[in-house]
Amino acid sequence: MNQLLVLIQKHKFPIGMSEKIMKKLQILADSAKYDVSCSSSGSKRKNTQRGLGNTNGMGICHSFTEDGRCVSLLKILLTNHCIYDCAYCVSRRSNDVQRVAFTVEEVVSMTMHFYRRNYIEGLFLSSGIFKNSDYTMERLVRIAKTLRTEHKFNGYIHLKTIPGASNELVREAGLYADRLSVNVELPTEQSLVKLAPEKNTADIVKPMSFIRHTIEENRQEIQLYKHAPAFVPAGQSTQMIIGASPESDWQIMQQADSLYKKFHLKRVYYSAYVPVQQDQRLPDLHSLPPVQRENRLYQTDWLLRFYGFSVNEIFNPSAPNLETDVDPKLTWALRNLHLFPVDINRADYEMILRIPGLGVKSAKKIVAGRKFHHLTLDHLRQFGVALNRARYFLICIGWNGYRRDWNAAEIKRQIIAGNTQSTQLSLF
Amino acid sequence: MVHFVYDGSFEGLLTAVFDVYEGKAERAQLFSIKTYQPDVFAERRDVFTDSVKANRVWKGLFRKSSPQGLLNVYSVYLSERTDRETLLLAFFRRVFAESVSIEDDFSSPLIVQISQISRQIHREKHRFEAFVRFIHLKGNIYFASIEPDFNILPLIGPHFAERYADQRWIIYDTRRQYGLYYDLQQVQEVYFEAVPDSLVLDLPSDQVEEDEALMQQLWQVYFQSVNIVERKNMKLHRKHLPIRYWKYLTEKKI
Ligand code: SF4
Repeated sequence: MNQLLVLIQKHKFPIGMSEKIMKKLQILADSAKYDVSCSSSGSKRKNTQRGLGNTNGMGICHSFTEDGRCVSLLKILLTNHCIYDCAYCVSRRSNDVQRVAFTVEEVVSMTMHFYRRNYIEGLFLSSGIFKNSDYTMERLVRIAKTLRTEHKFNGYIHLKTIPGASNELVREAGLYADRLSVNVELPTEQSLVKLAPEKNTADIVKPMSFIRHTIEENRQEIQLYKHAPAFVPAGQSTQMIIGASPESDWQIMQQADSLYKKFHLKRVYYSAYVPVQQDQRLPDLHSLPPVQRENRLYQTDWLLRFYGFSVNEIFNPSAPNLETDVDPKLTWALRNLHLFPVDINRADYEMILRIPGLGVKSAKKIVAGRKFHHLTLDHLRQFGVALNRARYFLICIGWNGYRRDWNAAEIKRQIIAGNTQSTQLSLF
Repeated sequence: MVHFVYDGSFEGLLTAVFDVYEGKAERAQLFSIKTYQPDVFAERRDVFTDSVKANRVWKGLFRKSSPQGLLNVYSVYLSERTDRETLLLAFFRRVFAESVSIEDDFSSPLIVQISQISRQIHREKHRFEAFVRFIHLKGNIYFASIEPDFNILPLIGPHFAERYADQRWIIYDTRRQYGLYYDLQQVQEVYFEAVPDSLVLDLPSDQVEEDEALMQQLWQVYFQSVNIVERKNMKLHRKHLPIRYWKYLTEKKI
């Protein structure tokens, strides 16, 4: 029994430290919270050498905040000291806030303690720029390294790359982290120049393409030598702030699409801008974060990645912004009524996927189920299809789709009228 | 009508299916002894759990099922629904009657219902992989109590054994009054003699490790700090984190 006890390493904070560390956590979690990439998915890390933890493909949300967002990782800044002055950021140099910094040991210890209690899937560490980029990046790397090597920690680690950090440090970071991210912050270069004058596009693009190439090299290496260490197995992601600058949804999605293609990103995250300070370059301090817009952008992102849509099918010069009252797939369908209604017992999978109110899972069930039996609306209801939208766009035995004398505006009116009771924000 | 009464275990249930086939009983019904109400108009036959018979039924299913299909059957069993025996017997009858796999026949209400139940159980399993909160007890054991809607302990055990391979832990189901204990080697079922609810929810401070109180506080501070007040949406919050789980969640206990 006593021997077993020794197996588990203990981490203790010195007495009297607790007040201080609570204060730090409060400040450094608060400043990190606007970063939306909560997901811890996409990585598989087995628990090796009977160490602690594993990472299994699907990220787990251990809790949900009162605003309904997933809490999966301990998401904190190492410090909110910063030498830069980005207008949209709470930690900007010119902002009058209390500045604190964790030590490497504090972050390591808290991660271990939280993980052992099943509070979190791992660590998401970002930081303001302390002294200079490499000085800061070196500390982030040291934390990841200590967790992996000294504590045999196999949980999830996401590190943010500090703009301007050297390639050597980025490479080392990628050997310990599951995911690295470089934030593009704003959808266009003009906005970046205006709102983050000390950052430049090169500082963002260079590490992104370095990470992409290192990932590719690493995949080849792993094919040759099975045990070559993996470089960011969960790939890289980025984040864009929505509503701090004047770009249209079309521009935002074009940028996202090109980032996916150029740098093979795993995810682009869209973050509704929450005003943190009065600044004439930014929306008013009392304006609300554009949450609905953020949601529609995510829906569009899904249409691009999983539903076979291209950006220019969804937007055009007369519709550069998404509609807020209906989802983007429905908007597209209403513009393309000549392609509907779709016969669910005959149509290709690709076309079924384009029916509003119907997701990937239901589309697969339709294609599987119709081999056994002609499908009716009752089957679709059981598959969980949102018939209030879908029924206008499909036909099956006993159902003829929308009335042919209705135009797009009338169908939309009917759907919205039928929708008033249920106000949930579902994906399609 | 013949009533086959088994002991309530999964093996027992599979044995019962075997007996139904062996006895060529066309008009058979299965019952767990735990819920069985005798019926004067029916003939009762007791099933003696037999792992050889159970294995044959399982293997028969194995040959005609994907891993998901097997999991669906086990999930219906764990659902503790009163009609689980009826559903499963009907399912086995179809599986063994047809030469092709019927798992994907979503035009059949039975298959749809079974896959729905399985999804429900899976959601509950997934939830508890997330909502378990360990408390660090003196003696270096991590202890958590849960109260799931379905009997999902057998499903979540392997996940925790893999993830927390280097710490001893207990997860205790307060409703079904049994737990899993991992001793650094293997997971086993454990029972406590009469544990009062208060003890399970509120462990006396002399029983927990010194670092426990601080860690709980830090976690609560963290949970408060990451909330974005401007985006508050309690409806969404409760949808993801139903109120019935709150009393077991460290961050919701304040
Ligand atoms: S560099 Fe990062 S932390 Fe510093 S002000 Fe800009 S966004 Fe904020």
